[in-house]
Amino acid sequence: MSTVVTPASAPRVGDLALRCNALQRYLGQGEGRVHVLKGVSFEARRGQVYAIVGPSGCGKSTLLYLLGLLDQPDGGEIEINGQPMSNRDDFARTAARGAHIGFVFQFHFLMLEFTALENVMMPMRKLGRLTPAAMEARARSLLDSVGLGAKTHRLGTQLSGGEQQRVAVARALANQPSIILADEPTGNLDVKNSALVFDLLTRLAKDNGQAVVLVTHNPEIAQRCDVTRPMRDGLFV
Amino acid sequence: MSPNLRIAFRFLTAKKRAMLMSLSCTVLGVGLFIVTQATTSGFEDFFVRTLLGTDGAMRIEDRKQSTLQSMEAAGGSGAHILQREGVKYIEGVEEPQLIKDAVRNFANVRGVSAVLRGNVQVTSPFKTEDAQIFGIKLDEHRLVSELERKITTPGGLGKFLESTSAVLIGRVLADRLQLSVNDSIVINARGESRRYHLAGIYESGSRDIDKTRIYLDLGEARSLLRRPTGATFVQISLHAPNRAREDAAHMEEVLGHSVRPWQEREKEWLSVFRALRVSSAITVTVFTLIASLAMFNTLAMIVLEKTKDIAILRSMGYERRDITQIFLWQAAIVLGIGALLGGLFGAAVTWGVSLVPLPINTLFKTQTFIVSWSVWHYVQAIATAVVMVMVASLVPARRAARLEPGDIVRGTAQ
Repeated sequence: MSTVVTPASAPRVGDLALRCNALQRYLGQGEGRVHVLKGVSFEARRGQVYAIVGPSGCGKSTLLYLLGLLDQPDGGEIEINGQPMSNRDDFARTAARGAHIGFVFQFHFLMLEFTALENVMMPMRKLGRLTPAAMEARARSLLDSVGLGAKTHRLGTQLSGGEQQRVAVARALANQPSIILADEPTGNLDVKNSALVFDLLTRLAKDNGQAVVLVTHNPEIAQRCDVTRPMRDGLFV
Repeated sequence: MSPNLRIAFRFLTAKKRAMLMSLSCTVLGVGLFIVTQATTSGFEDFFVRTLLGTDGAMRIEDRKQSTLQSMEAAGGSGAHILQREGVKYIEGVEEPQLIKDAVRNFANVRGVSAVLRGNVQVTSPFKTEDAQIFGIKLDEHRLVSELERKITTPGGLGKFLESTSAVLIGRVLADRLQLSVNDSIVINARGESRRYHLAGIYESGSRDIDKTRIYLDLGEARSLLRRPTGATFVQISLHAPNRAREDAAHMEEVLGHSVRPWQEREKEWLSVFRALRVSSAITVTVFTLIASLAMFNTLAMIVLEKTKDIAILRSMGYERRDITQIFLWQAAIVLGIGALLGGLFGAAVTWGVSLVPLPINTLFKTQTFIVSWSVWHYVQAIATAVVMVMVASLVPARRAARLEPGDIVRGTAQ
């Protein structure tokens, strides 16, 4: 089976990284079935930071999971770097996730039995593009760039919430993806750490020419993004 | 180390208590499988060794003679058809030398010995007992039995070879007659009495043999039993005793005599041992089933607790088959360690059991529990554990692989 993975090694700022058209998504079953996304269209370009904002339940996170190929739409199209993904099988979508997309979740989602270094190396180990030594060097460099160069060998449980989220940012950048998707990346952090994580995410993403799409409730964070897309009742408004 | 193996190892070591429980069950399953097999087959192997060492792998006994029956053809033509009706057996072997020469041509044959058997009465200064004499040529019989090794009195077979009036008597019969080496006995057969001296006492391992059987020189036996020619049977030992059935069938066809392999000769006892083996197989399967259930339980628990990690891995590009592999690796790690420790545990307990005093002096003779040391018990135990544990692990592993990362993230975030 061939994959849709294409090298992300030569990004150009302004290229279209992500596009979706008329996305539909229902959640639940029977009488509890809800039409969460009602034909959402969206695109994200490299080097830009996008904020999706809106009240709880409007479909922001659902859209993000669809864009990240973690979920499958009931209708509509998704393209990652020009490759149609909405109707691809699980194998192709998984390969595209590993090569093109980096995730940062609200609840850090580190693997707590592993050290910070191992967490950052984990996506690289799966992709297998680098040698083990190069993987470790890159992981150290990323952890250094998020200010955790001295805590590379700490387990997830030995890091604070802010530190865990910074490790998650470094991990999202590990495979040099063209798209970073962040679901409330600062939602669980205090003001200082929120600013720190957001700055890191946007700086590193812009340095590497990556498209950043984040879902947030924080208006200050949203204001600092290049593009803000408010959502309500399953549609952009 | 592959990424999946590394993750599996960490998942497992993070759940030490559950992992140790699964490991303990696997060790017990493998160990008890080995012990049960070793003890069950120990007695069977010993029994087979005893009978092979005494009565050989097969015996050529009676000559076969086809009989014919005539029948009238239909239509009243008066024609007769000769039809094979069955097989008539003529007792004993009339030409033992010819048979021996022919048998030696079979590749699997190790030794051949003609034996003349007859019922006698044996009298010591204290008592008279019924017995059977077995006339043998010692040089030949050494090759088809372990008689030499089973002599328990000093001097071995030396005194038996010195004189044709020397006899070897089983331990039980010797005790009943209160005999020691060099004592005189009188053997009465067909109304004639002759005096012999006891050259040695043997213990075959079978009480039934040791209480009736007297060995003496074949020529002397012919004279005593008034059988100048022929033999009661020809005893054969084989290089590969397990091939006795096939060889017996071949010999029977070629020699025109009935040939009984040891499996047929001892089929009643062997069927008892087979029943015991089946019974123990059921028991040990339960042991390994418990081990596999423990593994299933542990993995199911890890899957439940690690759904978030599964979502992370899937979001990072780990495929469904990676998730399956991660959980199967956990089972494989427990199996690997469990098989090693289970093997050692099984060997230690088997050794301990072999020291347990258990005097048996009936079907065979032993003072301690008999165990069998076979690498196949270990192979079977480990193979059974591998199959059962891996099958049990497939269910939680596949369940983990089927989890949708979007559902997990959404569920966790809510």
